[in-house]
Amino acid sequence: MNNLSESMERTLIHSPGKKSRDINAISPLWNFIFNVGICLFALSCIFPFIFIIIISFTDEKSLAINGFSILPKVLSLDAYRFLMRSGEQMAQSLGVTLLVTVIGTVLTLYLVSTYAYAISRKNFDQRGFFSFLAFFTMLFSGGLVPSYIVVTQVLHLRDTLWALILPSILNAFYIIVMRTFFTTTVPDAIIESAKIDGATEFGIYTRIVLPISLPGIATIGLFSTLGFWNDWFNALLYIDNPNLIPLQTLLIRIQNNMDFIVQNSSKVVSYDIAATLPTETVRMAMVVLATLPIALAYPFFQKYFIQGLTIGSVKE
Amino acid sequence: MKNRAFLLLVLPGAAWFIIFAYLPMFGTIIAFKDFRIHPGGFFESVFKSEWVGFKNFEFLFSTDDAYIITRNTILYNVGLIFLGLILAVTLAIIMNELLNKRLAKFYQTAMFMPYFLSWVIISYFVFSFLNVEKGVFNQILVLFGEDPVSWYSETKFWPYFLIFLGLWKNAGYGSVVYLAAIAGIDRSYYEAAMIDGATKWNQIKYITLPMLKPLMIILTVLALGGIFRSDFGLFYQVPRDSGALYPVTNVIDTFVYRGLTIMGDTGMSTATGLYQSVVGLILVLLANYAVRKIEKDYAVF
Repeated sequence: MNNLSESMERTLIHSPGKKSRDINAISPLWNFIFNVGICLFALSCIFPFIFIIIISFTDEKSLAINGFSILPKVLSLDAYRFLMRSGEQMAQSLGVTLLVTVIGTVLTLYLVSTYAYAISRKNFDQRGFFSFLAFFTMLFSGGLVPSYIVVTQVLHLRDTLWALILPSILNAFYIIVMRTFFTTTVPDAIIESAKIDGATEFGIYTRIVLPISLPGIATIGLFSTLGFWNDWFNALLYIDNPNLIPLQTLLIRIQNNMDFIVQNSSKVVSYDIAATLPTETVRMAMVVLATLPIALAYPFFQKYFIQGLTIGSVKE
Repeated sequence: MKNRAFLLLVLPGAAWFIIFAYLPMFGTIIAFKDFRIHPGGFFESVFKSEWVGFKNFEFLFSTDDAYIITRNTILYNVGLIFLGLILAVTLAIIMNELLNKRLAKFYQTAMFMPYFLSWVIISYFVFSFLNVEKGVFNQILVLFGEDPVSWYSETKFWPYFLIFLGLWKNAGYGSVVYLAAIAGIDRSYYEAAMIDGATKWNQIKYITLPMLKPLMIILTVLALGGIFRSDFGLFYQVPRDSGALYPVTNVIDTFVYRGLTIMGDTGMSTATGLYQSVVGLILVLLANYAVRKIEKDYAVF
């Protein structure tokens, strides 16, 4: 909050008048040097993605001769045509990813907000115990193998969608961020006055706290959406059934083995087609399609992420 | 009455923690057993498996693997934590000083992009550079008359690649936190310093950095707590699980994963995981203790 008024004040002080340069600003020369340096680094962050898009539009034969090139000799839509024709596995995996992301995020928001709210309230007698229950998991964990055994032997989730969702719907970091959000943005006075008006604790939570906490909810929602969309580790551990493979894991499987998409898609693909199939460009086209939603949405994500990060890093 | 309402709210999450975090902690006793699956389910498997004491640990530490994975995990993490800290703070300070704020915003958006992508996607990016026949690096080498390099089997380059990628992916994320902290510093400090004739460099050295110090320490202590854990995707996906690269890419997490999925050695993999968790816990407590000794307010807990 302080930061906000601070920066507003700064713009107010410096904006009036013409282009009066802030006397404490760096010199134009240093500004230029810094700009060049950061610009190069920033370009290195987006260049690979642009490069992959270009490769996906390259003709397979010209790619075989010239290699991956930023200025391909022959352009082609073959990769995308192939995916349109025989991309059932891709569509299936996209569906799995979407489903897992939506269900997972909704459940995450429910669990995180209820838990964080309860331990954010000073009049909850057991808040110390439940805070510890959550935060201790950041310090110590059973490790991969016992977790794997719990999921497969106790819960019997192998080869179910729940194996992709349940292990990742909660973590202590989300709870810390959300609790900090509740304690900093929900004034005690509102809660007190609601109580005087006879509201129940649950009513206060659903009708007062949640509405004012939407930015915090959005932050966690985005963290979680991104987590589920990008997840491949759970599938690597728990999923064998091709019908349940999420997008990222499909990309891993076709990384070395294009047959995966051929076998599990259109039955009309014959041997000769398989031999001339645009493998490299199809792989890259799939990467583009899997990344596109994130790439398009992320400038919006970013705003909330920055908020969330700023909140999360503040020590109470 | 009020407590019951709160208990109802906290219950689902608490149940999750007990099943997905505390039950596996209990499961670590497998590390001291010769684990055999019994038809009666998990608990019966655990109880009926025979105790073997520290055999699993002895087996682990008698191999070279234990040394290699511990060394790799620690060296990569130390590199990533400290270089990452320097990079994030430097980027934040520079971006804060850039004259054109709109341009700075654009750089920030660009630098944040890799953070939003999975390691699987990034492994494809890397592949477009490192592929033996078609990759950009080899095209450049051939252009200069050099021999192409088989990148995915040459160990000597990978420490640099992995450190670079780890820094590259998280630079945007790291700098944002520090940028927010810099924005929160009271401007009057700088104004006073300027009147006293402090140069920009002096201001950074005597105001910005000291003001960022608590945050740097807190984040570093937290990161040190994870020094025994690695970003699995970076070490498994990006080198494409290439066996020739194991000497420089195998870390505790990938070792445990392979132990579980390929070798099916449950006991030793659990022992390795427990070694990882216990040493990790000790390290974070030590780091926090050290910070508390030096400056009480900076300790995380």
